[in-house]
Amino acid sequence: MDELKLYTYIAVFGSFALYFAIAWWARAASTSDFYVASGHVGPVQNGMAIAADWMSAASFISMAGLIAFLGYGGSVFLMGWTGGYVLLATLLAPYMRKHGKFTVPEFIADRFMSRTARIVAVICLIIASLTYIIGQMKGVGVAFSRFLEVDYGVGLGIGMIVVWFYAVIGGMKGITYTQIAQYCVLIFAYTVPAIFISLQLTGNPIPQLGLGSTLADGSGTYLLDKLDQVVTDLGFDQYTTANMDSRLDMFAYTLSLMIGTAGLPHVIMRFFTVPSVKAARSSAGYALVFIALLYTVAPAVGAMARLNLSFTIEPQAGQHIEYEQRPQWFKDWETTGLLQFEDKNGDGKIQYHADQQTNELVKVDRDIMVLANPAIANLPNWVIALVAAGGLAAALSTAAGLLLAISSSVSHDLMKGLFFTSLSEKRELLAGRITMTFSILLAGYLGLNPPGFAAGTVALAFGLAASSIFPALMMGIFSKTISGKAAVAGMCAGIGVTLLYVFQHKGIMFVASTSFLGDMPENWFFGISPNAFGAVGALVNFAVAILITFFGDKAPEQAQIMVDNMRKPGSDSQQVFEH
Amino acid sequence: MNQSVNEQKTTEPKSTRLSGAQYWRENLKLIAICLTVWFAVSFGCGIVLVEPLNEIRLGGYKLGFWFAQQGSIYTFVALVFYYTRQMNKLDKKFGIKD
Repeated sequence: MDELKLYTYIAVFGSFALYFAIAWWARAASTSDFYVASGHVGPVQNGMAIAADWMSAASFISMAGLIAFLGYGGSVFLMGWTGGYVLLATLLAPYMRKHGKFTVPEFIADRFMSRTARIVAVICLIIASLTYIIGQMKGVGVAFSRFLEVDYGVGLGIGMIVVWFYAVIGGMKGITYTQIAQYCVLIFAYTVPAIFISLQLTGNPIPQLGLGSTLADGSGTYLLDKLDQVVTDLGFDQYTTANMDSRLDMFAYTLSLMIGTAGLPHVIMRFFTVPSVKAARSSAGYALVFIALLYTVAPAVGAMARLNLSFTIEPQAGQHIEYEQRPQWFKDWETTGLLQFEDKNGDGKIQYHADQQTNELVKVDRDIMVLANPAIANLPNWVIALVAAGGLAAALSTAAGLLLAISSSVSHDLMKGLFFTSLSEKRELLAGRITMTFSILLAGYLGLNPPGFAAGTVALAFGLAASSIFPALMMGIFSKTISGKAAVAGMCAGIGVTLLYVFQHKGIMFVASTSFLGDMPENWFFGISPNAFGAVGALVNFAVAILITFFGDKAPEQAQIMVDNMRKPGSDSQQVFEH
Repeated sequence: MNQSVNEQKTTEPKSTRLSGAQYWRENLKLIAICLTVWFAVSFGCGIVLVEPLNEIRLGGYKLGFWFAQQGSIYTFVALVFYYTRQMNKLDKKFGIKD
């Protein structure tokens, strides 16, 4: 076994052993433990757990790669996935914590006094969370197969067993403490290579500053200016100004990601785990600090990876490397099929261009940028091994949070709340664990046989949460008069419009041949891409609910008293946590 | 559960009930300030005004680009902590113990 493989085994299985130990130490004894860790989690700890819960394989593996190739246009992900926390902290989290329940659908059921609203919320939640899990499971499978060279299915199986162990036994309590450990692993794995690369390129160890510094080669040129020059020489758009479609589309995309972030149930749920309203507010702040640590490093990772890639292939302008002398990482990724070379002009050298006619690097998968980055920069093997453990930590922590959101909405909202209201606590806990086991099996099956639409669905998850859950929660808190009927109509209209728009351009259930308007910018509504349409769906949701309330149906007196109570922390707080 | 809400309402001292509306108004004012800044740094400086701001340099960064990829995120963090601190003050002012 070579050195890299040995280090990778140590990093991956060492971190797994840590998660197992924590899960055993923090196992759940009651439903309150299982759903909300008994409301005993401190704000800094909760902030860290939220950060791990939130940052998935997409943030860890894909985002910097997207930014590397989109340049300025990639900013939508940076602003969109962090700006949502301002909305959570000011518009949702404190009031929902004050109301003090276990799940998001339960909050909706209470406030709107409607069983229908609860069922609609559960459906939205399950669709959004399941589509998200498929992505995480795929991430686990890919990380295992690339780094440990085991079969994709075997890797997936190992991942499922690990999640099952700590999520089912520990519930929210076990998940919270493992997520704290996972955050430490993933942030260490993300920043260490970034610091090394920033030092190499600019001499500045802080990547956020390195990105704005001059190159260390003594030329005195700023890194970003050099990058602009390199990519425009190759025929691409200038890195720092490259736009994504239209201005309006960028606007709508950012807004969709922001309100989608604030409406994703597995994140909101984490705010039910803290002891007070005050702690709910401050844990949103700590969560954002921990998230910002990765999100401000990501643009540096992206830009530096793009520069390093160009430097490797074309060390001097016009001087391309021989294919036979390509570095080891190039060969490694070629075997995965994610990097492909085709010698179009037959000179045995690698030419990389924006022009598809002469470009010989016919495939550079964006997802390989973070994973290959340490190798491209010639970093030591233990750093490369760390990245594998970090990617797995990011995927597993998010999968666990999503599984909990699904199982709690099934066992608590559907079974205990709607169909078997006399279910004892012990039985409900068992039902929660069984639901979670089934969810893991389903997620594993979908990860092994990903439906054709898997790639498109992560964006859809945000659109769904943005157009259905966020507006309903916000109106429930900020309006005393919005009624159950109005909320249900709003959610259905919002999600309906979003789904219709996505399906008409991407095909029904993402089967491209069934798209009836075609996926082309000319047919987009005001030039808004399907991924960005959640913002429009949310507007429709607000408009429909407000119109129905305006023309008649108003919430009853009791709901208005409830709203008064949730707006104000303190004395009248209902004791829901049993000890 | 509705019954318990009503009970709690009546046992609440009269003074806190009166100050509830005032407390909420102050909270709304604070939210409005935070969301204005939130909008200004991201959608304003990061997207709409990015071209004019790019004329200004911040070290190697063009300013508009910096707002979109760095500055807006730092501002979001500061905003959430500002909101939390102001709300804690407000809680104290209204004698709310949480």
